Amino acid sequence: MSLQDKYKQLIDTATASGVSNLQVREQDNVLYIDGDAPDGATKDKLWDTYNQIDPDFRAGDLVMNVNVAASAGTKAKVTTDSTNLNIRKGPGTDQPIVGKAAHNEIVTLQSKTNDQWWLIKTDAGIEGYAYAQYLSPQ
Amino acid sequence: MRLPKIIVAVFILASTLFFSCKPKDSDIQAKITEKFTATPELAGASATVTDGVATLTGEVKDDAAKAEAESTAKEIKGVKSVINNCSVTPPPPPPAPVVINADSTLMQGVTDATKDFPDVKTDIKDGVITLTGSIKRDNLRTLMMSLNSLKPKKIENKLTIK
Repeated sequence: MSLQDKYKQLIDTATASGVSNLQVREQDNVLYIDGDAPDGATKDKLWDTYNQIDPDFRAGDLVMNVNVAASAGTKAKVTTDSTNLNIRKGPGTDQPIVGKAAHNEIVTLQSKTNDQWWLIKTDAGIEGYAYAQYLSPQ
Repeated sequence: MRLPKIIVAVFILASTLFFSCKPKDSDIQAKITEKFTATPELAGASATVTDGVATLTGEVKDDAAKAEAESTAKEIKGVKSVINNCSVTPPPPPPAPVVINADSTLMQGVTDATKDFPDVKTDIKDGVITLTGSIKRDNLRTLMMSLNSLKPKKIENKLTIK
């Protein structure tokens, strides 16, 4: 129970900001928080809170798998640092690159392969898989 | 006609003693409540007592607890009979265990997640991702977000933050 106390503020924030399918489970001294955030801002807020409780994520006692819920047709912004985002033939960095989306470009989500890779389409018509971490649903 | 005071006194005393032998409903109720509160399985049950008849209500987790509530109430002095209206609510099923991805799946995911951070070294064993090497503070969060979504057992962050 102590981990749920330690991360109470985080769990409360998740509940208050409308994270759906929220699951909070403790197993072998690690706390697992899973759920779907309504938007990217909520996910950022949760990570801010996480970083406040455990600066630089050093404790190794939490796995927070809260991702932004987004359905097909959702527009997403490319949020790389500054570079282009690779669009690949399949879900994996070992897959050939079929095109690129520019930094800050808006693309359309086709489907979610998993929490890491999304099938997207650019306005120029390039379709392929992009790394979800660099896509922020609008 | 006046009764001698002593007779009146004896009469009052006798009637007081007589009635005090029979516990009051409110006292019986308090005793049952006390017993229920002290027993975790019966904490959800409560009792109301009228003319020595205890009516039990509330929620307990199973039939055994319901029977226990009844026998507990019957043991209290002054309870003539028990009407057991406790309802049985089974506890919710325990949450599904956390899914941890196999090391081979994690390996692929970690390769993808660390592609842009060449100074980060990773080791994966029994679902635990251990990070060594170095990273810029600005990139740490991006990396951690990616790794957290891979369903690892645990992430040991031993990175040097620049």
